[in-house]
Amino acid sequence: MLNIVLSPIRQLGALFLGIIRPLGRAGIFIFTAIVLIFLPPYKLYRIVKQVRFTGVNSTFIVLLTGLFTGMVLGIQGYYSLNKFAAESLLGPIVALSLIRELGPVLSALMVTARAGSALAAEIGIMRITEQIDALEMMALNPLRYLVVPNIVAGILTFPILAAFFDLIGIFGGYLVGVRMLGLSEGSYFGEMQNMVTMNDISVGFYKSVSFGIIVNWVCCYKGYYTGYGAEGVSRATTEAVVISSVLILVWDYFMAAFFF
Amino acid sequence: MIVIEDLYKSFNHRSVLNGASLRVEKGEILAVIGGSGVGKSVLLKHITGLIRPDRGTIQVDGQEVTSLRGKLLVNYRERIGFLFQGGALFDSMTVFDNVAFPLREKTKIKEKKIRESVNEILGHVGMQDEWRKYPAELSGGMQKRAALARALITNPEIMLFDEPTTGLDPVMASTVFTYIRSTHEQIGFTGIIVTHQIPRIFSIVQKVALLSRGVIVASGTPEEIQQSTDPAVQYFLSGGERGRSS
Repeated sequence: MLNIVLSPIRQLGALFLGIIRPLGRAGIFIFTAIVLIFLPPYKLYRIVKQVRFTGVNSTFIVLLTGLFTGMVLGIQGYYSLNKFAAESLLGPIVALSLIRELGPVLSALMVTARAGSALAAEIGIMRITEQIDALEMMALNPLRYLVVPNIVAGILTFPILAAFFDLIGIFGGYLVGVRMLGLSEGSYFGEMQNMVTMNDISVGFYKSVSFGIIVNWVCCYKGYYTGYGAEGVSRATTEAVVISSVLILVWDYFMAAFFF
Repeated sequence: MIVIEDLYKSFNHRSVLNGASLRVEKGEILAVIGGSGVGKSVLLKHITGLIRPDRGTIQVDGQEVTSLRGKLLVNYRERIGFLFQGGALFDSMTVFDNVAFPLREKTKIKEKKIRESVNEILGHVGMQDEWRKYPAELSGGMQKRAALARALITNPEIMLFDEPTTGLDPVMASTVFTYIRSTHEQIGFTGIIVTHQIPRIFSIVQKVALLSRGVIVASGTPEEIQQSTDPAVQYFLSGGERGRSS
C-alpha cells in the first residue's frame, strides 16, 4: 500500500533529478571553462587552431548566406516599402535587420551546422577512444585543452563572422535595391548612415559574443559527455546541433527584449 | 607501495569488483591475470582515480587515493604512467608528437632534448621509422608500442599496463616485455601489468594475482602460482577459466 503511494513520488523525484543533474553539470562545465580562460598556462596554439577551424573555415559559407539574405531583404523590403512610397528606407531596413538580428543569428546557425557538429563529434570520439582519459592520466585538465580554446575562439570569431555577414548582406541589398530595382545609391546608403546607430552595432556584437559562448558550450559539453560507441557520438552530435540552434533563437529573443 | 583493500564496484547494478584486495610492494611488478571481463582493467583504472569505487580503499605509499580531488589528484597522477588497452593515442597528432606530448606539456625540457628522448624511446619499442605517421596509419600492435613509449617517457614512479602485448606477434611481445623489464631495472617503478600472456609474464614480474569474479582468489610469486594446488588457479592456468567466465 505504502509502495503504491510512494512510487509516483519516487518517479517524480527521478524525473526532476534527471532534468536538474545534467543542467547542474553543464553549468559547472561552462563555469570551470570560463575560469580556466583567465588562468595560465594559456594554450595559444590551440586557440589559433580553433579560430581557424571555427572562423576562417566558416567564412565562405557565412559570406554566401549573408549575400543571399541581403538580396532577399532587398527584394522583399523594396516590395513592401513601395506600397507606402517609402523605398528610400530600404537601406536602413536592410542594415538594421542584418546588424541587430539576422547577421548574428544566421551566422551563428551556419557556424553551428558547420563547425559545432564537427566539434561535438571530435570531442565525442576522443571520449570513447579514451583520449580524454589519457589527458587526465597525464595530469592535464581536458577542459583546458579541448573546451577553453573553443570558447575563446567562439568569442573572437562569432562577432567577426557576423560583421562579414552584415557587410555582404548590405552589399546584397544594394545589388538588388540599387542595381536591379533602380533605387538611388545616395538614398540607400544615406538613409542607412542616418538611422543606424552605434547602439545597433553594439546589440549585434553582444549577441554574437553570447552565441559564440553558447554554441561552443553546448557542442563541447555534448561531445565531452557523449554516450557509448558510434551511436552515442552520433546522438551527441545531433543533440548538440539541435540544442545550439534552439538556444540561439531563444537567447536571441531575450537579448532582443532586453536591448529593445 | 600500493595497497588495495576490499574494493567494490558496480556498473548499472552489475557488480564487477566484489571485494578485491591486493598489495604491491614498492619497486615490484605484479601481474594481474584472469579471464576476459572479470574486472582487471576496472581495477587498474581505480588506482588512477579515473573510476571511483563504491566501497573500499586504495593506498599508495600510505596516501588514500580514492578520495583525491583537484591539485592533490593532479600531483598523484604526475607520478603515474598508464598504458591504455586501446593505446588512447591522440589521433590528430603524429607518433612523434604523441610521445613528446607529456614532456612538452608537463616539463620545461628543451625541444632538442625532447627530440633526443623521443627518438631513443621510439627505437626501444621498434618504432623509429614510424615517427611521422598518424595513429590511423598504424596497426594495433604499433599503436600499442607507441602508447607504451608515451607512457614511459616521463619515467613514472608507478606504471600501470593494461594488456601491453595484446595484438602483438610473439617476437614483438617479447621485445615489449624485455623493454618493460629493462626500464624497470633502470628506473625501478612500481608496476601492475594486466595480461593474458601466460606463462611468458612469469619471467617479468615478481608477483602474480588471479582475479576471478571480482575478487583476487590467489596471489604469490610466479613459482607459487604455478605450483598452486588451488582449483581456481589450476583451472585458469590450464585454460579452463575462459570457459567458466564466459
